[in-house]
Amino acid sequence: MPYIPHTKEDVTAMLASIGANSIEDLFDEIPPDLKNGKLKEVPSGLNEMEISRLMSERAETDGHYLSFIGAGAYEHHIPAAVWQITTRGEFYSSYTPYQAEASQGTLQLLYEYQTMMASLTGMDVSNASMYDGASALAEAVLMAVRSHKSSRRVLMPSTIHPVYRKVVSAIVKNQNIEIIEIPYCTECGHILLESLAPFVGQDIAALVIPQPNFFGVLEQVDALTDWAHTNNALAIGVVNPLALAMLTPPGEWGSKGADIAVGEGQPLGIPLSSGGPYFGFMACKQRLVRQIPGRIIGRTTDLNGKPGFVLTLQAREQHIRRSKATSNICTNQGLMVTAATIYMALVGPEGLRRIAEKSHANTMILLEQLEAIKGVKRTFSGSMFYEAAITLPMPVENVLQKLKVQKILGGLDLKEYYPELGQTILVCATETKIPADLVKFTECLNHVLSE
Amino acid sequence: MLIFEHSRPGRCNYSQSPTAETRTSNIPQNLMRKKPPMLPEVSEMDAVRHYTRLSQKNFSIDTEFYPLGSCTMKYNPRACNSLAMLPQFLSRHPLAPEDTGQGYLACMYELQEILKDVTGMKSVSLTPMAGAQGELIGVAMIRAYHESRGDRARTEIIIPDAAHGTNPATAVMCGYKVVEISTDKEGDVDMDALKAAVGPQTAGLMLTNPSTLGVFEKNIVEMSRLVHEAGGLLYYDGANLNAILGKVKPGDMGFDVIHMNLHKTFSTPHGGGGPGSAPVGVADRLLPFIPVPVVTIDKGIYRWVTEKEIPQSIGRFSAHMGNSGVLLRAYIYSRLLGAEGMHRIAEFATLNANYLMKELSKAGFEIAYPNRRASHEFIVTLKDLKEKTGITAMDVAKRLIDKGFHAPTTYFPLLVPECLLIEPAETESKETLDSFVLSMKEILEEAYTDPEMLKTAPHTTSLQRLDDVKAARELDLTWKQ
Repeated sequence: MPYIPHTKEDVTAMLASIGANSIEDLFDEIPPDLKNGKLKEVPSGLNEMEISRLMSERAETDGHYLSFIGAGAYEHHIPAAVWQITTRGEFYSSYTPYQAEASQGTLQLLYEYQTMMASLTGMDVSNASMYDGASALAEAVLMAVRSHKSSRRVLMPSTIHPVYRKVVSAIVKNQNIEIIEIPYCTECGHILLESLAPFVGQDIAALVIPQPNFFGVLEQVDALTDWAHTNNALAIGVVNPLALAMLTPPGEWGSKGADIAVGEGQPLGIPLSSGGPYFGFMACKQRLVRQIPGRIIGRTTDLNGKPGFVLTLQAREQHIRRSKATSNICTNQGLMVTAATIYMALVGPEGLRRIAEKSHANTMILLEQLEAIKGVKRTFSGSMFYEAAITLPMPVENVLQKLKVQKILGGLDLKEYYPELGQTILVCATETKIPADLVKFTECLNHVLSE
Repeated sequence: MLIFEHSRPGRCNYSQSPTAETRTSNIPQNLMRKKPPMLPEVSEMDAVRHYTRLSQKNFSIDTEFYPLGSCTMKYNPRACNSLAMLPQFLSRHPLAPEDTGQGYLACMYELQEILKDVTGMKSVSLTPMAGAQGELIGVAMIRAYHESRGDRARTEIIIPDAAHGTNPATAVMCGYKVVEISTDKEGDVDMDALKAAVGPQTAGLMLTNPSTLGVFEKNIVEMSRLVHEAGGLLYYDGANLNAILGKVKPGDMGFDVIHMNLHKTFSTPHGGGGPGSAPVGVADRLLPFIPVPVVTIDKGIYRWVTEKEIPQSIGRFSAHMGNSGVLLRAYIYSRLLGAEGMHRIAEFATLNANYLMKELSKAGFEIAYPNRRASHEFIVTLKDLKEKTGITAMDVAKRLIDKGFHAPTTYFPLLVPECLLIEPAETESKETLDSFVLSMKEILEEAYTDPEMLKTAPHTTSLQRLDDVKAARELDLTWKQ
């Protein structure tokens, strides 16, 4: 039941104006043997009441769980105002702001977003967003190679999210770029400066530095950033934006600061939604601004000298430069950034810090409680932010199954991503968890392990 | 006024943050932030007012007609949004076990099946997060196919000059050289140019059909034969799928790989510039290379297909499964349409375009390809008007804003001078089209009687024409205190 307003009289009048006998006549330039018959796999149409019932039933099937999974996507409280305003039709159904005078709302919001992200990351400029954290890292790698000029080799710690590493190789694969994996210290759970020693004196385009890393462990970002700069490589920070309310921003790492900062914006007011839509962010130093991919908003003035906003530096982009563009990227994640900007305005600097601190504290409390269970111990000695790897005294799969029966998602089994971490789960407790949740998890795990 | 200018030190929304933490942290001091980020310190009401007011400065489908060519600005049904935002869907973690997401996965599986059917492809992957990423994935599969056969001599991708800029930019990102071919007088790809370009070095042809000139490539079967005989593959840019939905399947035209912009044809919101979503469909030859994850069903249980089962897959392109919330909206929309609704989309989009083209022609506008049927869109060229009056396509576009219409696509495709690419989606009524024609007539008159009115348009918006040159020269990308 398509949303088509035409009455019979409208169709008759329109065909008469065109001079056609039927709507089918309008398709007379298409070779007749190309026209298809009936669609076989598409069910017949539903009305809104029927689809509402179907979707509600499917949502019920999925139910609710007490979840301790993080691993790149985090459950945080989202103020009610965020999505009520974001889904206003004027944001939800507006187009890319190419016609600036008809898009000042979106443009100003994006300028505010750029300002917030630049400040949060400690960088000079931010673009108007990328698809997600993983693809933003791939674009950062391409950007580093473009601006480095002589080297096409990038050092990638294995403490970077394992799927991000897959996405980076899939995206840069055909551009003759070498991604070199750097092993982590299995005791402390982060990268050691020693593991970079083999590359001293070699021509390297960039070193990627996560903070916190995939295990939730904090990296020695100052030393790593300085190592990159001493070796004439760029430093790319991959950061959790919420954590930056507490942690040193990439722009202040080491003596000169990282050159590019990217990450997953989901923690800033975006629901988990089975993995998307989220948004990637990218910020950089001023001198790299012409190498940054994606849309950028600039402040300017109108004919009367009044301040306003436009898409700028479009000469980098595909619709102008075509085959010579900095990237093929066209869209950003406008609506997600709308939500994130409203989220940051609502929680403010104090709120964001409290959310980060509470999440950190909850994870530390959970870690202590779990460590009190016989045979359970933290996997790594390094200090952690709001995620922790935990080694169990028995195979993980069965344990997680039993917890699931209790309506608890007890973390992520790391075996698939890191075969050497055979009996390890990655757990996360954000500010959304109350003490009773942490106790429930601990008691259930204790019960399962002692069965 | 910017949100930062509403900010007052110490103002805080306590209801939006947990109570302050008294527990000390074990994080080393050198890793701790010294100075708080510059985020606004405003009340909840300040923020709500500020962003509500900003929203009111936007044009949107919910408030205005967008005759934007190649963008398919159709009504976004509200049900698609509210049902995709049911709490269970929103709260589901992407790494939660498959058996806790059977409802969601059922929707994804059925969407794959629906998209396969309407495009005539063998398999569909929902993972691409936007049109340009769909293109990147499609061309990467073409490359993987040739390389798997040890065929490394294919270094070129052929692209018509009317194509979207993302096509050549994508081919380059996949390590290919772009060979641009011209368009003939009737708006079709120049067959002689194609014949001259095709050869053993051809990896593939990227084509939008109907093209961005608003016409169906009549020689598509011949084009497909030429490229395939030379050993190349055919890429279908689905930007204009709305024009043929339910009428013609790209698979039947001979395409080996296709992306579909769900934010166009399947009515997911444009959101002020994203998120998009652009599933890719493949024919037999590219099946082994499809990106993961894909959803399958085994004994009544839905589950992910991963790299393990598709070892030659070109891999993963998003951290999880693309823009899954957008996919849910597209699924809901496709179920609302149903089998009997799909072809009506193409029919009424085509009816609207041909009617509007005829009425504008009667009103004195020059149609770029007057001898052709419009697909779902068509081009008006103002070359003549510019020579006579100095009025440009940009002036007309800006004046339309005063009349309460979003501007059509301007200066694209680049090969038609002073062009307006106009697409009236099927959700627009005859009355809306008639009032658009009336405004266009008034503007045409003004071009002769009051050209200054057009050159300084728009007049009714909060700001007048903005200075792009200044924006690029005196870069101001963040607000400073």
